[in-house]
Amino acid sequence: MPDDKSQQTENLHHPMEEYLRMDRMPHIWCSSCGLGSILTAFMKGVKQADVDFNKVAVVSGIGCTGRVAGYVKLDSYHTTHGRAIPFATGLKLANRDLTVFVISGDGDLFAIGGNHLIHAARRNVDINVICVNNFIYGMTGGQNAPTTPLEAYSSTAPYGNYEQPFNLVGVAAAAGASYVARWSALHMRRLAESVEEMTKKKGFCFLEVISPCATVFARKNKGGTGLDLLKGYKDRSVINHNANPQEIPLDMNGEIVCGVFINKDRPTFWENVLSGTERKVKKTNLYYHDSKTKF
Amino acid sequence: MRKSDLHGEFFIQGNIACAEAALAAGCRFFGGYPITPASEIAERMAYRLPQLDGVFVQFEDEIASMASILGASWAGAKSMTSSSGPGISLMLENIGLGIMMETPCVIVNVQRGSPSTGLPTSWGQSDMMQARWGSHGDFAVIALCPKSPQEYFDLTVKAFNLSEQYRLPVFVMSDAVVGHMTEKVYIPPVDELEIIERKYTSKKPQDYLPYECEFDAVPDFAKAGDGYRYHTTGLTHDERGYPVMTEECHVKLVNRLINKIKLHADDIIMIEEKDTEDAEVIVVSYGITSRIVFPAIKIMKKKGIKVGYLRLITVWPFPEERIRQLASKVNGFVVVELNMGQVCLEVERCAKNAVTKLVPHPGGGMPQVETITQAIQEVADAR
Repeated sequence: MPDDKSQQTENLHHPMEEYLRMDRMPHIWCSSCGLGSILTAFMKGVKQADVDFNKVAVVSGIGCTGRVAGYVKLDSYHTTHGRAIPFATGLKLANRDLTVFVISGDGDLFAIGGNHLIHAARRNVDINVICVNNFIYGMTGGQNAPTTPLEAYSSTAPYGNYEQPFNLVGVAAAAGASYVARWSALHMRRLAESVEEMTKKKGFCFLEVISPCATVFARKNKGGTGLDLLKGYKDRSVINHNANPQEIPLDMNGEIVCGVFINKDRPTFWENVLSGTERKVKKTNLYYHDSKTKF
Repeated sequence: MRKSDLHGEFFIQGNIACAEAALAAGCRFFGGYPITPASEIAERMAYRLPQLDGVFVQFEDEIASMASILGASWAGAKSMTSSSGPGISLMLENIGLGIMMETPCVIVNVQRGSPSTGLPTSWGQSDMMQARWGSHGDFAVIALCPKSPQEYFDLTVKAFNLSEQYRLPVFVMSDAVVGHMTEKVYIPPVDELEIIERKYTSKKPQDYLPYECEFDAVPDFAKAGDGYRYHTTGLTHDERGYPVMTEECHVKLVNRLINKIKLHADDIIMIEEKDTEDAEVIVVSYGITSRIVFPAIKIMKKKGIKVGYLRLITVWPFPEERIRQLASKVNGFVVVELNMGQVCLEVERCAKNAVTKLVPHPGGGMPQVETITQAIQEVADAR
């Protein structure tokens, strides 16, 4: 019997094996963490978009989500804390054939990296940002995040959080993102669809994914098991594509409004560079043939 | 890639010469943030890069600028950023990432009076140790110090060559004087410049490991989008680029990052010497201070003291061997620098029994000739 079992296991393959670094499995994420499903949905979405996987790059910052870059079998960069977006901006602009995804956490993208996020959205650089929001700093042991709901407990908020959290989709929309969506880790099909849309879409695309963290967030906040958290998120989720992203902040027990809130076309950074400089640059070139003319 | 077609003799500012050198060397990505006294480099790049199908981005801060040039380099572009003390302080963490991931790029530090905001419009050389040790951890760096706009041009080209060859961020350490000084600069046609290109792997994707190489060597590069689908990280990693949290892996990696520079220091180091062979006293200087030691040397030579001149063109890696050789023959060294004693510490370390006398100045001015002559006299009288 044991032989049969091992035989069976050997024949089991992960459906996304082609796109994962199987030699790095098992991954470091806790059981019941949302990151596994999110990664699967991400792969599915990119596959649905029918792009050449050789031209897809993933850039991550630091944290639990930051480890995504290490598991995808793509050109993948695990950079410094908060700086995935400017790294990705350089990568994309120096090779504009690439599809560049930034996959990182809420602390990485909105605390230490917040400035880069709003400016990348303002410029409308053609990169896709997936922010996995678990309301807490997981890897460092449950400290307060810019997303931790008011009065929630964390290891640096032992009396409950007294800071107002960011509404991530609101920030991204206000900064000028071309595409803004929010789903939970349970919305697998919707998530994959959003990733597909982002892959195909030009400009700065932002996707927030609500993800359960049983190990620290639930433990600090009497949230039960990972499954309990997931069930809670499922019950609280409401899909409303027409919602104003500014008016749907998240708290401990209220609705989690999901949907694609913004999907508009705005000239990208590079389109603006070309339209803004092409004609004027041609003129200046006249001056550059020898040292006798104007420098 | 469109080549820069600007060549000939020009009367231009150091910072402009630096930007033109970058373009001539093939730099096609610049990420930067305004700061005195380095802004002219960014301004020039903003004007010139669109003419050469390059990319200029003014970022929200220096942290982003530094991260972006790493990203651009991984996409295959030669990339650069420029700043001064406060901006370089912000870049340090990502400079460490560049060293760890072995990313070719160039960082120009137009030094000003420090610490903190210091003297934005004035000069200094007080970031020399920052370039060496600023980012956390142990590693080796390369830093070049130009003394004139012409050398600023030459060394910026050289910096790109070294960064491509050894796969690391290379510093060009100028200062507000060299940056803002206007002098004659000869820009040769691009085809006449010695340009070293990055070594891309010839292996097939299935055989390629991004960090596979000897203990003192530089791994072959693969850029994003070419189908290699490699992983790279700032974490301690093995030859696959995968994080490995073992002592063995860490020891191997850190040693190689240091060895690839340290064991090739002879090929990297450039120094200029005059009358050092029979000298009693050797005046050591670098960058702009090398231009102010001449009057003092002249005066003391007239007095009959044998004074030699040694200029560090490469400050990091430090020419330990050469200083040790000279130390056995001379009374001592006088180190003139626009800080309170940084490179002097290195000279002292290598000089052993020879005397090392520092002529410090915190920046914003220059040491007086009399101070230097006095120091030379003191060293000559020693022993």
